[in-house]
Order: sequence, then structure tokens, then C-alpha cells
Amino acid sequence: MSAASLKVEHLTMCFGGLIAVDDVSFTAMDRQITALIGPNGAGKTTLFNCVTGFYRPRVGRLALHAADGREFLLERMDGFRIAQQARVARTFQNIRLFPRLSVLENLMVAQHNRLMRASGYTLVGLFGLGVYRRAKDAALERARYWLDRVRLLERANDEAGNLPYGAQRRLEIARAMCTEPVLLCLDEPAAGLNARESNDLNELVLFIRDTHKIGVLLIEHDMSVVMKISDHIVVLDHGRKIADGNPAKVRGDPSVIRAYLGEEEDDELPAEVARDLGVGS
Amino acid sequence: MAYFLQQLINGLTLGSMFGLIAIGYTMVYGIIGMINFAHGDIFMIGGFVAIIAFMTLGLAGITWMPLALLCILILAMAFTALHGWTVERIAYRPLRGSNRLAPLISAIGMSIFLQNCVQLLQGARNKALPPVIHGSIELMDVEGFTVQLGYLQIVIMLLTVALMIGLTLLITRTSLGRQQRACEQDMKMASLLGVDVDRTIALTFVIGAGLAAVAGLVWLMYYGVIDFFVGFMAGIKAFTAAVLGGIGSLPGAMLGGILIGLIDTFWAGYFSNDYKDVATFAILVLVLIFRPTGLLGKSDVEKV
Amino acid sequence: MSSTSVAPPPAAMPPATAKPRHALLAPIMKDALVTGAIALALAIPLVGFKTVDRGSTTLLETRFGPMLCGVSVIALGRLAFSLINAGYARAVFAVAATMAAAWPLAVVLGAAPSGWLPLAWMSWLVALSLALRAAYVVWGERAAARGNLAPRERMAATVQRFSAFIAPVLIAFAVAMPMLPLADQRWVDLGILVLTYIMLGWGLNVVVGLAGLLDLGYVAFYAVGAYTFAIFAKTFGLNFWEALPIAGLLAATFGVLLGFPVLRLRGDYLAIVTLGFGEMVRVVLLNWNELSNGPKGMGDIPRPSFFGMPFSATPPEGVTSFHQWFSQHVWEVSFSPIQRATYLYYIILALALLTNWFTLRIRKLPISLAWEALREDEIACRALGINPTSTKLTAFAIGAMFGGFAGAFFATRQGFISPESFNFMESAIILAIVVLGGMGTQIGVVIASILLIGGPEWFRDLQSYRMLAFGALMVLIMIWRPQGLLAFREPTIRLKPVSAKPS
Repeated sequence: MSAASLKVEHLTMCFGGLIAVDDVSFTAMDRQITALIGPNGAGKTTLFNCVTGFYRPRVGRLALHAADGREFLLERMDGFRIAQQARVARTFQNIRLFPRLSVLENLMVAQHNRLMRASGYTLVGLFGLGVYRRAKDAALERARYWLDRVRLLERANDEAGNLPYGAQRRLEIARAMCTEPVLLCLDEPAAGLNARESNDLNELVLFIRDTHKIGVLLIEHDMSVVMKISDHIVVLDHGRKIADGNPAKVRGDPSVIRAYLGEEEDDELPAEVARDLGVGS
Repeated sequence: MAYFLQQLINGLTLGSMFGLIAIGYTMVYGIIGMINFAHGDIFMIGGFVAIIAFMTLGLAGITWMPLALLCILILAMAFTALHGWTVERIAYRPLRGSNRLAPLISAIGMSIFLQNCVQLLQGARNKALPPVIHGSIELMDVEGFTVQLGYLQIVIMLLTVALMIGLTLLITRTSLGRQQRACEQDMKMASLLGVDVDRTIALTFVIGAGLAAVAGLVWLMYYGVIDFFVGFMAGIKAFTAAVLGGIGSLPGAMLGGILIGLIDTFWAGYFSNDYKDVATFAILVLVLIFRPTGLLGKSDVEKV
Repeated sequence: MSSTSVAPPPAAMPPATAKPRHALLAPIMKDALVTGAIALALAIPLVGFKTVDRGSTTLLETRFGPMLCGVSVIALGRLAFSLINAGYARAVFAVAATMAAAWPLAVVLGAAPSGWLPLAWMSWLVALSLALRAAYVVWGERAAARGNLAPRERMAATVQRFSAFIAPVLIAFAVAMPMLPLADQRWVDLGILVLTYIMLGWGLNVVVGLAGLLDLGYVAFYAVGAYTFAIFAKTFGLNFWEALPIAGLLAATFGVLLGFPVLRLRGDYLAIVTLGFGEMVRVVLLNWNELSNGPKGMGDIPRPSFFGMPFSATPPEGVTSFHQWFSQHVWEVSFSPIQRATYLYYIILALALLTNWFTLRIRKLPISLAWEALREDEIACRALGINPTSTKLTAFAIGAMFGGFAGAFFATRQGFISPESFNFMESAIILAIVVLGGMGTQIGVVIASILLIGGPEWFRDLQSYRMLAFGALMVLIMIWRPQGLLAFREPTIRLKPVSAKPS
């Protein structure tokens, strides 16, 4: 599978007078997991929405370099075109499945564009020609592969809305992967998961990077997840980038600690935070 | 010029009525985000209650006009407000929190029900009321064309202004208004803070219906007739007014109402009476496409 | 059926509380009295008084007697309703069912005074619905005790399952109906009417049921189809079969033109804008005399001919009429208007079946899945690369096309069309059929059309109450089961051998 790197340059996004993202630049490399962290309101999700085309940034460039040499300027594309042509897939902070469709159907919707072409934009498909049937079988195979991967094969024909929370998270990732993306954006995938589910998730993300060889852009609050799996971390605070580098570098960065814990550096770190950040005793 | 002035007066009168109806749409949309499709029919019921009240008072022998008008105003507002409350209680409250099509379909059903109910109960024909307030002030006379400002028009505009002031005070100064605005911004949070959300929404419907009743009453007096179908077109125009002014905004509803009234009147006066409804719809579509927040509405960022 | 799809119990059935039952009676009584008082206040102006127009003046009549009786019926009904929920369902069922059953008897014996007939109807309806409600609650309790699906889910699921068997039977009946001995002109005309609405319902179902776009101006496409056929037939002399595709295409084009600017609007705005478009089309047809002949309407629209043979007793010189041809080649018949009606019946049956076939096919295609996905969550669709505008436009255009076909048929059947045939109420009726039958289901539309169109047409007395009932039913269905009475969604695609492979 081809992969791509995303280059974010001087991205700025305002809502009225509020500057949500302020002149942020970084690169999410091909076949790497890039984590975007920062306190609440740091502008992470806004940045994500710019990358996936839900917001149009005021200033800046979002260049996606595909492996085949093509370049997409995401800031100029409609949301659905980014997913369709530049092949950037995403999940949502508050899960957005199609609750009344079955699990399998959720994955089939993700392969809509491919199936539409095969069905001759419906005209050919109406008469049940072989082209479409083959494409459908291939789509089913892909869905089966991902269902197996996220351990939802037995629930394939159930309504997606009836799945437990953790399974919905996994299904949303599987659905994004069914679009065959070159860059996968995950918005707080571990939110609300217990320790075991969170571990599974780490494995899934690593699997996607290693086996499918694509880049992953990740927003995460859970430091244990971030430190364990990311290759590269970008820290935002109040819309600005305050640190950028590998986990070891970011972990020791004083401005990051300040951003997370406030200005008084003398304060004792809560044990859990200290462990996650890897500082203190 | 004289013709223009006359159209302006007529347009302002009509616009006041649209504005009064539009407030009901805009308040309900502001608080629960649905188009109260039955609101036009509440307006129509207001007109019917008013005509029945007129005749009952006539039979009862109350003939001193100011007193009679006051009684009718109160009766029409009270009975119509009760209708508004009942509609909310029956057709919308059970649907709170369901998908967004359900309340809308329920509202359409309610609208059809009310229309046909009144048709069956009161008959399908026009109900005529003899003119109640006669006379007019002759403002000027240009080449045989007299510009007239009817006393009734003055009453309508004054009444509208008074009601608008009252409503603004109610919303900005009283605890009811505070609760109403709180629910508008965040219903869940308001309920956690002890605001009785159901009661507040019900009161919104009551206020909207009360104002629609006033519109029904003055409509009846102004045109002298009412029928069971009048709420359909008036409702659509008032909704257009609410959208044009910016849905959710009270001054917007009034402004939109006056603009729609003026457009309606001028279109009919200068172009053609035939296509004036098309003009309203065209405005509705254009506003929704190019400026969905209307003239005075707040912009809304899509939450992802 | 997996246990996970059990719907939560409806809010109207609170679990039995620990308090003794009779302790609940006082609030129930009070509630019934309050309901009665509100009903009385509502009824005083509009029911208590009746405006009667005498020439130019209006007079007032009173009817306090029926009003008070009606209010008491409502209060008693409310009381009984609360009692059902308080655990007296069986007792209420016994009383209400007896009353509902006794009522037709009373009418037969002439006990119901004729002037109070609407009130008597209302009482009967109240008794009947209370009986049904009580039976339903009892049934629901039993189902819950056994851990079954809630009754309304089960009812819908059963009908959906059986529709595979019902459908061929219904189609066979529809095909055979005109040949049955009982089929006279009235039956065939009724069949044509019901089938027209079935087709319109199926067409609108694509838009409302599948794509979730509330279109309140569907009748505009019906009008476009009808006027297209009338104009093309009268101006260019096209026959029905030549003009039919044009009517469909033009209606679809209209759908795209109207839909393109407005389909990005949110659901409720879209509804009101489509309503506006529907009215705009009507106003234009009323006023554009050169095109549509204005309010006078267009007459002398050619009736359909059977391969060029008209259905008429005295065909023009040199033309063979259908009955002459039939007499020559099959057996001797004389001309009868029912021949044309039967022919029209088969045309609309074929058109309706075409609509059904198309819908069933398209439900297996990705476009239909995308419609349903858009209905559920447009933002997620955009993130998956689905173009919302073009996907919605397709639904709009397809719905419009079937509306156009039906319109052309309407024009050729009537031979006369005027703008008043295409008002908002027509849109509302079609929407009611879709909503009541169950959005997204095919069989639901058939059942709803038969009940809502066929019923009132057959019992003429009920016609004035038809729209009243439609309105009330729309509200009730939304409260009771917002997805529609018979809506029960089965996945359109299944993963067949689901291997339970533990990982």
C-alpha cells in the first residue's frame, strides 16, 4: 500500500476573534505514528478538522505528498474530496458510526466510491452485471479482513448502534481503514477505553503502521498510549506548537511539563502523571 | 410618491402581523430547534376565537368598543395560548430527543389536523366580520390620490410595538426570560441547574401562541374575513420572515416580518399580484442558501 | 433474532411501583379531571359555538350539549388510559371492548341520534383505541415476561418477513382483479386510484424513507409530469408511451434543478423549502396562461390507445378502435368504458411494479446504502469520501422521475388537469402514506395506500374526515413508533458464513 507524508505549514485557524490554531508547522512522516497532544482547548481537534477538510484554515498550507509523487493541497479541497482523492481517513472524538446500519454495512459504506464505480454509478448495477458482483465480493473480503482484525466478525450482521462502546471505537477504525487510506487520523481513539481495550488499541495502531505501511496522525490524552506507540510527538498549547520531537525529547521538555501542570514548577507531580511523563522518581 | 407612501403604510401594517406570527416560529426554533409547522394554524385559530368572541360579546351587549376590544384581545390570547400549550404537550413533548424528522412530521400532522378540525367544526366558508374600527386620517392628497392612514392601521402598529416592548422586557428582565435564554443555549445544563425545561418550553409555546392570537385578531379586523386555510400561507410567510430576520432572534423576527410585509405589498402594488407568493418563496430560498443565519442571526459553527 | 435488538420498554409503561395499586387512584382521578377541564376550555370557543354565515353576515349557534358529552368522553378516556398504565389493563379491556363492540349494534338498533353522529363516532373510536391499547399492554407484559421482542417490533418484523410471501399473492390478486366477476367499473377505478398512490408512495419513499430527505413538495414533480404529458401530447401529438419517458426525464431534471441549491440545507429547512417549491410550481401554473392555460386547466388530453387503437365507441374514419380489433381477432365484444379503465389499470400496475422493481434492485446497490448512511450521519459520510450533494441529488431525481411518470399517467387518465389538483394537501397525503406505512418499507406503502386511499373512497361518508384522520395518525405514529408502523430494517447485505474465529 502506498503511503504519504503530510506537511503542515503555518496553519492558522480563527473562529471570530478566537485563534484556535496559531501558525503551527510540522510534518507527519510516512509510516510513522505522529501524536498530537496538548491540554484541553489546545487546538488539536481544530487542526484535525482542517486536515480532514471540515474547516477551511485562514492561513497556511497542508500538503500531502503521496508515494506516487502526486501532491494534494488539502486546504483547498472539500471534506469528502480529501477522503475520496487524497485518501485521508479519520475517526471522531465522539464516535460517528451509522447506528442503524449493520456492522458490515458500515464497512461497505466506507468502500462506497470503489463500489459506485464498479456499479457504473448505479446504471450497470441495476442489471446485476458481473463487474459489480466481483467488486462487491472484493469489498466483502476486505470487510471480513478488518472485522477479523478488530474481532467483530461474529457481530457482522448486528446493528452497529448495539455494540458496546469499545467495539464501536474499533469498528470506527476498521471503517476508516476500509477506505484504504494513505494517512489515518485518529481523534482520541483511547478515550473511554479500559486498560485492556487500550492495549488492544495500541496493537491495532501499530499493526496498521507496520503491516499496511501508512502514516497515522493521532490525538490522544492518554500519555501511556502516546509514549508507548508514537514515533513522533507534536505538543500544542493555546493553539501554538510548543514542542516537537521523539517521545524521549518531548518527555523532558520543560515547556511541555509547564503546559500540562501549570506555571508552578515546584509542585509535586501526581504520581501517575510523573510516571507517564517519565520524570521525577 | 403618494402611491408609494400608501403602499408603505399598508406594507408596514401587514408586516406587523407577519412579525407577530414570526416571533412564535423564531422562539420555538431558538429553544428546541424545530419548525413548529402548526403555528400558522394556531394563528388561524386565534382569528376564529376572535370572531366568536366578537359575536358573543355582541350578544352579551358589550358595545363600548375599547372595552369590547380589550375583552376580545384577552379572550383570544388566553384560548389560543391554551391551544398552543396543548399542541406542544400532545405532539412535541413526547418526541423530545428523538431524531429530527419525527417532530417535524408530527408538526405537519398537527397542522393538517387543526385545519381540518376547524373546517369540520366551523365550516369551510369565509367567516365575515363587519368593520369594527372605521375611519382614517388623510395624510396628503396628490393629484386626486389620497394617502390614508386608517385608525385600525394605527391601532395595529401601536399594539405591535407595545407587545414587542413587553416581550423584550419579559425576555431580558424576568427570571422566566432568563430561564428561557438558558434553555436556548444549553438545555441539558439548564435542567441540571434546576430550570424546569418542560415548563419553560411550554411557556415559549404559550407566548408564541398568544402573539399569534393577536395577529389573528388584527388580521380578522383588517381584512374582515377569516377561513380555516388562512394559516397556511400566512404561516409560510411568517416563517420566511423569521428566517430572513435570523431564526432565533426576536428583533430579527419583527424586522423580517416588516420586510416581508413590505415586499408583499410592493410586489403586488408595482408588479403583479399573481406572483407575490413566488417572491416570498424566492426570498426564503435565497436567504437560506446564501445567508442561512439571516440578517440578525448569530453564525453557527458546525460541530464535528 | 439476537437479544440485543430488544427495544427499551416505551416510556408510557412505567414499571409497577411498590405502592399498592389503589394508592395511585387519587392522582389518576385528578389527572382525568384536569384533562377534562383543559378539554373543556379548548372546546368552548370552537366546539361550543358555531359560526353560520347567512348571506353577508355571520350568526352564532351554540351546541353545548354535544360539547359537554365530548369533553366527558375525553376525561373518561384519559382516566381509562391511566388505569391501563396503572395495571388495570384487563379490566379496562373488558369494558372498552364491550363498548366498542356494542356501538355498531346501537347504530343498527337506531339508538344513536343522527345529529350527534360525529360524537358517537368519536366515542366509538375512543373505546376502540382504549381496548386496543389495553390488549397491547397485556400482550407486551406477556412478551416481556418471556423475554421476547416488544410487540410493535415483532409486529413489524413479522409483516416484513411475511412480505416475501404476501407480495406474490398481492401481485397475483392485482393482476387478476379486473377479470374477477365482481370487478365492475367502480372497482377498477378504485384500483387505479390506489395503485397511483402506491406508485407515488414508493417514489417518495426513496427520498424520505431511504435518503431521509423530507420532501414536502413532491406533488410538484407529479404536476411537472402531468403538464409535460399534456403539453407534449397536445402540441406535438405524442402518444402516451412516447411522452412518458419525457415526462419522467423532465421531472427528474426539475428535481435536480430544485435540489441542487437546497440539498445542502439542514433537514427541517429542506422541508420548508421543498414546500415552497411545490407551491411555487402551482402558482406558476395558475398564472402562466400561455403554458398551462391558467386556472381553467387543460382539457382534451389524449387518452391512451392500445397500439394506436383508441378506446371509443365510434372511432374516427380509417381508425380501428380496440373493441373492433378485439372482435375481429379474439372474440366478439361491444364497446364498454370498462375496457379503457382496465387498460389504464394495467398501465398503472405495470408502472407501479416497475417502481417497485427499481427500488428493490437499487437497495442492493451502494447508492442506496449511501442514502441510508447520509440519513444517519452526514458528517461521517463526508469523512468516508461520499459526496453528499450528488448522492442526495440522485435520490431526489429518482423520486422526482417516478412522480413524473405517475403525473403523466394521471393526465392521461383524467383527460383534464388543473393546478388545483396539485396542492400541498396532495403532497401531505403522499407523505402520510409513506410515514404511516413505514419509511423505507415497500409493503407498508401498499397497506397504507389501501387503507388510507381505498377506505375513504369506498366509504364516501368518511371522506370529509379523511384529512383529519391523516393528521391525527401522523402525530400518533410519530409518538408511538417514529420510524413508521411497519418499518423494520433488515441489513441489505449479510456476511454469510460468519466463522466464529476467536483471535
